[in-house]
Amino acid sequence: MMLKPSHHVIVGLEIGTTKICAVVGRLQAEGVLNVVGVGQCRSRGVRKGEIVDFKAATEDIRRALAEAEDMANLEIKSVFLGVTGAHVAGFNNRGRVHLPHGEREITESDVQEVVRNARTLNLPAGRDVLHLIRQHFIVDGRSGVTKPVEMEGEQLELDVHVVHGMTSRLQLPIKAARSLQIDVEEVVFNGIASSLAVLSNQEKDLGALVIDLGAGVTEYAVYSERVVKHTGVIAVGGDHVTNDLAYGLKVPMSRAEALKIEHGSALMAPEVRGRTLRLPSETGLPDRTVNLEHLHRIMSLRLEETFQIIAEDLERTGLLDYLRAGVVLCGGGSRVPGIHRLAERVFGLPASTGRTRAISGLVATLDQPEFATGIGLVRFGSFHLGRTRRNTGLASRIARTLGGIFQTS
Amino acid sequence: MSREVFSNQPDSGPNGTRVQIVGVGGAGLHAVEHLAQSGFAGVPLAAVHTDARLLAQSSLGTNILLGSRLTRGLKAGDPDVGRAIAEGETEQLAELCSDVDLLLLVVGLGGSTGSGVAPVLARVAREAGVLVLAVATLPFDLEGRRRGEQAQIALRELRTASDAVILLPNQQVVRLLEEGAGLTEALEKVNELLADGLRGLCRLVTQAGLIKVDFSDLCEVVRGRHSESCLAAAEAAGEDRVKAVVERLLNSPFLDHGNALSEAESVLVSIAGGPGLSLKEIQQLMDQVNRLCEQAQVVMGADVDPGLGDRLVVTLVGTHRRQGEPAGSEPTEADVEPGLPGAEFPVDGRAGAEPTSGGAARARHFVPPAPQLAPEEKVKLMEQRGLRPKRGKRAGTQFMLPLEVVSKERFEQSEPTRYRGEDLDTPTFIRRGVRLN
Repeated sequence: MMLKPSHHVIVGLEIGTTKICAVVGRLQAEGVLNVVGVGQCRSRGVRKGEIVDFKAATEDIRRALAEAEDMANLEIKSVFLGVTGAHVAGFNNRGRVHLPHGEREITESDVQEVVRNARTLNLPAGRDVLHLIRQHFIVDGRSGVTKPVEMEGEQLELDVHVVHGMTSRLQLPIKAARSLQIDVEEVVFNGIASSLAVLSNQEKDLGALVIDLGAGVTEYAVYSERVVKHTGVIAVGGDHVTNDLAYGLKVPMSRAEALKIEHGSALMAPEVRGRTLRLPSETGLPDRTVNLEHLHRIMSLRLEETFQIIAEDLERTGLLDYLRAGVVLCGGGSRVPGIHRLAERVFGLPASTGRTRAISGLVATLDQPEFATGIGLVRFGSFHLGRTRRNTGLASRIARTLGGIFQTS
Repeated sequence: MSREVFSNQPDSGPNGTRVQIVGVGGAGLHAVEHLAQSGFAGVPLAAVHTDARLLAQSSLGTNILLGSRLTRGLKAGDPDVGRAIAEGETEQLAELCSDVDLLLLVVGLGGSTGSGVAPVLARVAREAGVLVLAVATLPFDLEGRRRGEQAQIALRELRTASDAVILLPNQQVVRLLEEGAGLTEALEKVNELLADGLRGLCRLVTQAGLIKVDFSDLCEVVRGRHSESCLAAAEAAGEDRVKAVVERLLNSPFLDHGNALSEAESVLVSIAGGPGLSLKEIQQLMDQVNRLCEQAQVVMGADVDPGLGDRLVVTLVGTHRRQGEPAGSEPTEADVEPGLPGAEFPVDGRAGAEPTSGGAARARHFVPPAPQLAPEEKVKLMEQRGLRPKRGKRAGTQFMLPLEVVSKERFEQSEPTRYRGEDLDTPTFIRRGVRLN
């Protein structure tokens, strides 16, 4: 088989807790992103979003990539790698430059200096910056400036959002990809990737909270005024729901998983009170019954708690009032019936399931909340390609920051 | 149940357990005030609040006004503000805990001051080596969801910060009231129940007793962060006083018509009566209690107090532990402090009864005041306890063990997810204490 050169091919690789997913996108001349292949494999070596069994994880990645290659009919050489885990965290930082000679026009070099200052961070040892995202410039206290060059002022400031993680734990997935002779073009935080996939520009403008309810971890990102304002990870996910059910209903994990998918609900409905489910016996044991009310109560408590932790975090940062586009859910957890109403109740905002927008190709296959991260990685990649041509953009800066990771791995 | 009878136990006097009752916030203040007005002596009462006006009306011995500069004597308005105020004035709170062995913290959760200040006070007290027993009320349902949520958050913090929490959900009181009862009446009722319970608790820990139940027994029953304790006290006089007392106890909303008892794992019963208290009466009473809580380990104490005259006073503390929690497990440091590796549950967790076993590292956490006994008496007491039939006898471990495995299985290879001192890998319904019947 003749494999085509992968010139404008962008591959997003998500190493998830239940599935490993590779999405192959092709950037066409007019800037349209076309998804041409998807590869998936059940993940065995990942817990809470991080690799715990290197060998199994590598094997699964290989299979997912091979499936994607088959479908897209090309050879994958490099990927945009999604990373997550409890160690990833985000915060906002501000850089400042005093313009010494009184009021004068701000120049490009002033901007570069303020960017440099904003990047001067006090990260604990062993941590690396994953993303450094420009938010807004502030000129003499006037906030919300996007293009400060040629403005006049005495003081130039820049707000950035910094996403960082532990170097040693970020290296593991990179190492896994490397061991398969795959280059890692960029390491992307999954929470940012999925928000890129599901938010429209208008939603980013109005302010939205994206929650990716994964199996191992729950990531969230807040957009307002078109920029990332806040990100975070909680190492609690669908696995925890399953585990709670297995524990509370005294059934095996596999049975708990099936119960969660077939009969789960994020809310307690009054009509389930006292209702039971009959489970077919597996090994000749007498039939078991499971109390549906308990099932729903266990699930709703766990999901509500997860949302509450996010809500508390946002309340601390004061962002809850800026989310005019509401809450957008994605990830497998967004399929749980009633999850939207639960989110509406906890956050006091309208909630919806994220649709993967502005992407063509295998639309029917891909318009599922589970693929948000994979598609988001491809979108991130397309921005990256677009910007490296100009070589001044965001992604190249991140690449520089990340240089350390790539060299050591 | 063989328990040593200390017939010549010296009066607790100055060497006994020094108890301080502190009401925090509006609800706590009112409850303690109610206690004071109903004629309660022997235990110092204090109030901590941010509201100057309420404190000015208070008749208690010690009143501490917090955050007067910040709130100008008004209420805190928000639990976070309350917490911040308390954190800023910890010296004042620490003063309250000097020369005290046991702090009984009375608080109504859900509001601003109580929810914010109480966990801080509990922490400060514990840092000073004081044992903290919190008696907390949860708001009525009618007070709205937000208050309920604030209360739940504060409750979690309080559970982490104090040695034990006894919970009185106000909503339960509603059932007791008549249809047309006013809010004042409801609150009055809550205060009354709280005061009764507090009085009983104080009696329990301060008085000598013929069949002694003391502070360490109480600790044993209520400790454990995931446990839910209920508290009820009742008194009666006259002919059928045993029957009347039991009836009143069962009527207590906090016992849920005795349902709470049938599910309880350990129950502490303290009986006090006048000189006329007869063995038969105690037996009748204990028969009833034992019948109610067949599953439970029952610790019983009795005392004769000439001041009681004809009256019979019974205080009941019951604890229902969650399924995941092995009986007698003690919240270890790791359980309380975030960032430490997962809590190992001791199979035989009776460390609390042995003050020497903890060592300095544990000192901050759980220090029952050493009983003031001569060394030989101490040894005897220890032996006595060691011989006592343990709750482990009920083969609790047999069903605990596999469950614990289920709970960790999926996550054993990864680091535990910790948030505000809680291990999020443990099912939420267990941590929140939701009962699945």
